[in-house]
Amino acid sequence: MASRLPRRRFIQGSAVVAALSAAAACSGGGSNSSGTSASAASTADFTGTGPITWVQGKDNSDGKVQERIDEWNELYPDEKVTLIELSAEADQQRQSLINNAQTQSDAYDVISIDNVWVAEFAANQWVVPLPEDDLKNDDIVESVWQTGLYMDRLYGMPFATDSSIMFYRKDFLEEAGVEVPTTWDEVKSAIDAVRALPGHEKIGGFGGQFAKYEGLTCCASEFINTAGGSFYDDEGNVTINSPEAIAGLQVLIDGFKDGYIPKEALEWKEEDGRNAFESGDLLFYRQWPYQYANNMAALGEEKFGVAALPTIEGKDFVPTLGGHNCGISAYSKNKATALKFVQWWTSQESEKYALETQTLAPILGSLYEDSEMLEQFPYLPTLRESLDSAKGRPKAVSYGDVTAAIQDALYPAVQQQVTAEEAISNLETALKALS
Amino acid sequence: MSANTYVPDVNRRSKSSRAQARLAWLLITPTILVLTIVIILPVFQSLRQSLYGKAGLDPETGFVSDVEPFVGLDNYTAIFTDAGSRFWTAAWNTTLFGVVTVVLETILGVAMALIMHRAMRGRGFVRAAILVPWAIPTAVSAILWGWIFNQNGVANAILGQHIMWASGNATAKLAIIIADVWKTAPYIGLLTLAGLQVIPDEVYEAAKIDGANAWKRFTRITLPLVKPALVVAVLFRALDALRMFDLPYILIGPRKGSVETISMLVQDEASNLRYGSAAAYALILFLYVFIFAFAFTRITHADLGATAPRSGGRRGRRLPATVFLPRRSPSAVGASGAAEPTERSAS
Repeated sequence: MASRLPRRRFIQGSAVVAALSAAAACSGGGSNSSGTSASAASTADFTGTGPITWVQGKDNSDGKVQERIDEWNELYPDEKVTLIELSAEADQQRQSLINNAQTQSDAYDVISIDNVWVAEFAANQWVVPLPEDDLKNDDIVESVWQTGLYMDRLYGMPFATDSSIMFYRKDFLEEAGVEVPTTWDEVKSAIDAVRALPGHEKIGGFGGQFAKYEGLTCCASEFINTAGGSFYDDEGNVTINSPEAIAGLQVLIDGFKDGYIPKEALEWKEEDGRNAFESGDLLFYRQWPYQYANNMAALGEEKFGVAALPTIEGKDFVPTLGGHNCGISAYSKNKATALKFVQWWTSQESEKYALETQTLAPILGSLYEDSEMLEQFPYLPTLRESLDSAKGRPKAVSYGDVTAAIQDALYPAVQQQVTAEEAISNLETALKALS
Repeated sequence: MSANTYVPDVNRRSKSSRAQARLAWLLITPTILVLTIVIILPVFQSLRQSLYGKAGLDPETGFVSDVEPFVGLDNYTAIFTDAGSRFWTAAWNTTLFGVVTVVLETILGVAMALIMHRAMRGRGFVRAAILVPWAIPTAVSAILWGWIFNQNGVANAILGQHIMWASGNATAKLAIIIADVWKTAPYIGLLTLAGLQVIPDEVYEAAKIDGANAWKRFTRITLPLVKPALVVAVLFRALDALRMFDLPYILIGPRKGSVETISMLVQDEASNLRYGSAAAYALILFLYVFIFAFAFTRITHADLGATAPRSGGRRGRRLPATVFLPRRSPSAVGASGAAEPTERSAS
């Protein structure tokens, strides 16, 4: 039996090794977290010039971002900008940015942050407050500008905004002889009319991003906000449990129950729904404007159009405001160059470029009225209207917890496993526990 | 059958054995050092971290505080009270995946090993084909299976159904189990194959002459002889399965109660900057895996002790150990494995 003992030890040793990597993985971040948020931010001085990096999510535009950066690099060869692309998934982008901040690395200089992260990044002093005088001008849409503020100071300079609009299949509506609907009831009767046509009996009605992820927070909030509900008041008190919020959520639930929102949408993110829309399985689609270019390429002008989202029971639709802002890392060595780059990156010329090449919604009001742009993008006035009525998501330092609570509470409701009342009351409990 | 010829010589306490013990310590010291740095220290650091809470927010400045408060065991009590339902769901999922996938993988893996072991035409191709899933990184295979289980994916096309895999409870679990078994059964197959290859052919020939049919040969010879290799493979897989993270995270998504495992809780807490609570989850997982591994080795070990001497398979099973025991004559060992121990003992 002499051989047994060593083997057993070996096996147990391996067990420990295997098990511990999980424990070890998280302790690295933990040890740093206590010491991160020191000093840097409050006394931001924009000194230091030299090469910097611009960090954003995956560029889906076939190198258009790099082309724009190349132009900068030609202008300022001593202050070259390197593009760093992170994951396509927002959660992973945030994780990379946080990891970088917690190791106090100077690898990232100017970072693209989703506007719902501004509060978290500012409160942790991972980004520095920006000089408003150098960046503000009257042309910036006010609601968009507001997304960059935390405690009344600018931490994230918006460079692209986003607000939902309704994409629809023009060809199917024409076939059924229906006008573009402007109310929720008209949307439903348009769906009925198209379904009455041969070959379209099974077409999904009104799609959105209802998978359990950030998209659900955006889409479900729209129904709640449209009905007059709200998540928080201005003082940060939880106000979700109101008859209006329940009524709004009920409209969404009924949409699924009555078959006007396809149940497949419970698994849709932006791209899944787009596939359904483009392959003719969906009549209306609530979508962000950046998909305009893709749909145009796939369907062409005759087959799809863009309109404002419908009013629901007489109330104007309240879209959710999305968008991305530029932040300057607290650990950047060349903050003067970084600031100059932010100014350039959010200039009218850059905004126009981003709209033309990537259909990113610009932050500048004038571009929505620019005749040249209007010719290329006839949906701009619709988008502008949507932007003006859009509502931001809750500004919370721990936004990750807030959106998780919203998704946890509302997803079972859209799956029709709990009633609207129960879901809203669960959400109230969860949000109160967070504040 | 040449059973029971081996008598362990336990009473050797010579000078050379003490020298060997010293040499063993000398050889093992670097390993212990490395283990201390990469494993033992982080564990204690995690333990310390798990006693701290999340840094608070100063309402005046709006900034997050520099210091994390010491909260004692609050993180642990919270797991079993406030976050209880989430934790138990995750613990149940972890156990379910751990047990179901490993059982299925073991059955499939042994079958694969037997196929790979057979001398036949195209054996190299068969082996390569079986091993491909194991060669694909988990994240990649999770994306591949994500497409398969998409509502417009291959799975629904083949079944002629319109199942929404990701949003269901049972279907999401099933998707994970299928994808995991597909990916890791070859691993068990590979390790089992290694075990199969040291079984001498004579044993089978003798059994055939004695009139044992294929099933008898499999249950009475192959299984007992391959068991040491198989036990290690199963243990490794079980440990891996209990830590499962990337497959459900990518295939179904984060924060989905249907497939959330304890590892995913760790990640979720850490990504929301609650490192203390993440460390607490990680340590609970560690404890769970440790107890599992301990129980597993105990159980299979007892089993080994009871059946091995009767099985007639001492020789094949003893092979890995003889590598470390230069005093044994290698003559009794099957030809395939004889060369290595001889060389080692000579040096």
